[in-house]
Amino acid sequence: MNPVVLYTILTLTAIGILAAVVIYFVSKKFEVKEDDRIGKVEQVLPNTNCGGCGQPGCHAFAKAVVEAGDLAALHCPVGGNTVMKQVAEILGIKAVERDPYIAVVRCSGSFEYRKKTNIYDGAGSCKIAAALYSGDTGCAYGCLGMGDCVEVCDFEAMYMDEKTGLPVVIEDKCTACNACVKECPKDILELWPKGKKNQRVYVACLNEEKGSTARKECAVACSGCSKCFEACRYDAITMHNSLAVIDPEKCKLCMECVDTCDVHNIVTANVTPEKIQAANEQRLKREERARKKKEEEKLAAEAAKQAGNETAQQA
Amino acid sequence: MKLHNKLKTFRIGGVHPDDHKITAQRVIVPLPLPKSVTIPVTQHIGAPAKIVVQRGDTVKVGQVIATHEGFVSSNIHASVSGRVGIIEEVMDSTGFKHMAINIRVKGDEWEETIDRSEGLVEEIKLDPKEIVARIMEAGVVGMGGAAFPSHVKLSVPEGKHVDYLIINGVECEPYLTADHRIMLEKPKEIVVGIRILMKALGVSHAIIGIEDNKHDAVELFQELLKDEPGITVEALEVQYPQGGEKQLIQALLNREVPSGGLPADVGVIVHNVGTTFAIYEAVQKNKPLIERIVTVTGKSVKEPSNFRVRIGTPVMDLLIAAGGIPEDTGKIVSGGPMMGKAIADLDVPVAKGTSGILLIPKEEATRAEVYNCVHCGKCIEACPMGLEPYRLLILSKKGNSTRAKEEHILDCIECGSCSFVCPSNRPILDYIRLGKTQLRKPKKA
Repeated sequence: MNPVVLYTILTLTAIGILAAVVIYFVSKKFEVKEDDRIGKVEQVLPNTNCGGCGQPGCHAFAKAVVEAGDLAALHCPVGGNTVMKQVAEILGIKAVERDPYIAVVRCSGSFEYRKKTNIYDGAGSCKIAAALYSGDTGCAYGCLGMGDCVEVCDFEAMYMDEKTGLPVVIEDKCTACNACVKECPKDILELWPKGKKNQRVYVACLNEEKGSTARKECAVACSGCSKCFEACRYDAITMHNSLAVIDPEKCKLCMECVDTCDVHNIVTANVTPEKIQAANEQRLKREERARKKKEEEKLAAEAAKQAGNETAQQA
Repeated sequence: MKLHNKLKTFRIGGVHPDDHKITAQRVIVPLPLPKSVTIPVTQHIGAPAKIVVQRGDTVKVGQVIATHEGFVSSNIHASVSGRVGIIEEVMDSTGFKHMAINIRVKGDEWEETIDRSEGLVEEIKLDPKEIVARIMEAGVVGMGGAAFPSHVKLSVPEGKHVDYLIINGVECEPYLTADHRIMLEKPKEIVVGIRILMKALGVSHAIIGIEDNKHDAVELFQELLKDEPGITVEALEVQYPQGGEKQLIQALLNREVPSGGLPADVGVIVHNVGTTFAIYEAVQKNKPLIERIVTVTGKSVKEPSNFRVRIGTPVMDLLIAAGGIPEDTGKIVSGGPMMGKAIADLDVPVAKGTSGILLIPKEEATRAEVYNCVHCGKCIEACPMGLEPYRLLILSKKGNSTRAKEEHILDCIECGSCSFVCPSNRPILDYIRLGKTQLRKPKKA
């Protein structure tokens, strides 16, 4: 063998071994001690790094969980209760169950209902359009329809419906990571409790202008007629200026309000029409009873008054 | 050999759009009174004025209908006489809804205190404090476009010494001629206005800066000011944005306003010629700011004109007076083509800051297809503030407002030179504006 080749191989091998020894000792000396539970927790997390939990990524979340030692303030919305249960098992602490959420689109102003008053041809971003003016329809509250929300979605859980011009959330894919909610300049998207049997009910409108103006701008705008507000037995509906808002915490999903809306803009998910109809009939019956009771009371009051008058006359 | 007399200009950046001053030789005509006016209470920078009239009240021309709330705010006056109609939120030329007062016109009855005679009043009776108070009372705001309350500019903060007054007659925006016409038709009034401003500020030097494409105005003022040593006239090179406050100061005095600073930091106060005329009228004639000159122009407009318009007149009335909307119109812009804003509704009222209505034909109005950034650096060359626009676009798009601030995004004067020169048609200014708004209001949680 050529001695040059031999020496080269020997020298390089020697350098390699020396470097390995040095690296071994240096790595021992300067080892970063990390709780090995962090790695374990990270493994069960979805590892999408979406930021939905409020932490910069899944590793940061794992670290925060291990450091905090309890799960009261930390929750992975993507993994949900199943993943959080596994995390709790790893750490040997109690799991905290949370109701799953989903993003809902709180605007029904499709092309059909909300006519365009001008054409926007600027940079294709809702955020820019919102900073420039109030929108290409008369409604200053509605969806701008340029799909910033669809673009930020990491889970392909949203798409723009070309027929309506509004975004649609795909129920099975949405993880409630909050990215679209943060992105929307008009606050159209909102996280909503997924609800029992995945049933939800909400008002798909944000227009707070008075009824006549709002209806001029959009045929399905909430006019603030308060019919749903009066129909609700659980005080779950409140009026903000001229807009009805359902509080999901108080809502018992009785669906009695749904049919009171004259523009059918109280939107339900996974509720059968039969249930809505039954709820409506129940409400009408109750109202009828209340009306009758009121009438009877009125008659009784009148009778009492008359009797009182008669006794006064007699005296 | 006589050296060629080089005109002054600012040092960095700038572009040369075609100036299209179609209406330069059109005499200002008063627009007939409209049927009704809608006067927004936010026509200026600062707090909205507080409404002091009610539906059904009868008002005279010049009557205060909304008073200033705080110092940085402005009074709003009735621009017509008649009955106050509905007070509600309406769309104005900013593209957003704001509170506005509707007045149905009946006759043309003016407040008795306003001097409506044509004669020139030269003698300045008021002392500096009274002048500022009168300007504040009259609701005068910067009429170049930004509509900053004039009395605030005249109240120089303590510890700052102002030695120069600059009168901005540059009008570097293409198409617009409102300032040009007022300089040609009311030069004597403007000179008195300058004297009033000099007295209020206590300065002995004033410079009128006029771009050289308005040579008739330059000569007119040179002739008028022959015997006036304190006021000089300077012709400036035709270059956009020569009329930017900071650019003008650099061109005329070679002083540089520090980043985030005000002209007063380098001893200068700048006022627009239109504002100077309004100040003359406010101080000498006791006339509040109730009308302004608006240029209605465009390549296919039948009768492009300069109108004297009452504040609150619907834009539609101006367009009808200018011969209607041409068929090929693609966009109607409030202001000039560089910095103006397309209006979304033709019922929007003329505000104190509306300098022109521009009708752009379809083929020029539509935005060209956007391509990727090729890093050619043209936007950096064009930026008159020495920024790196392409980089600010990326930072704004990513929402990195901390870095954007470090790159001095807030120094951007939104002149649009970067978008104008970009060979890839990138919406640079749109994103810079977005970045600036992101900085102003904190992100949602």
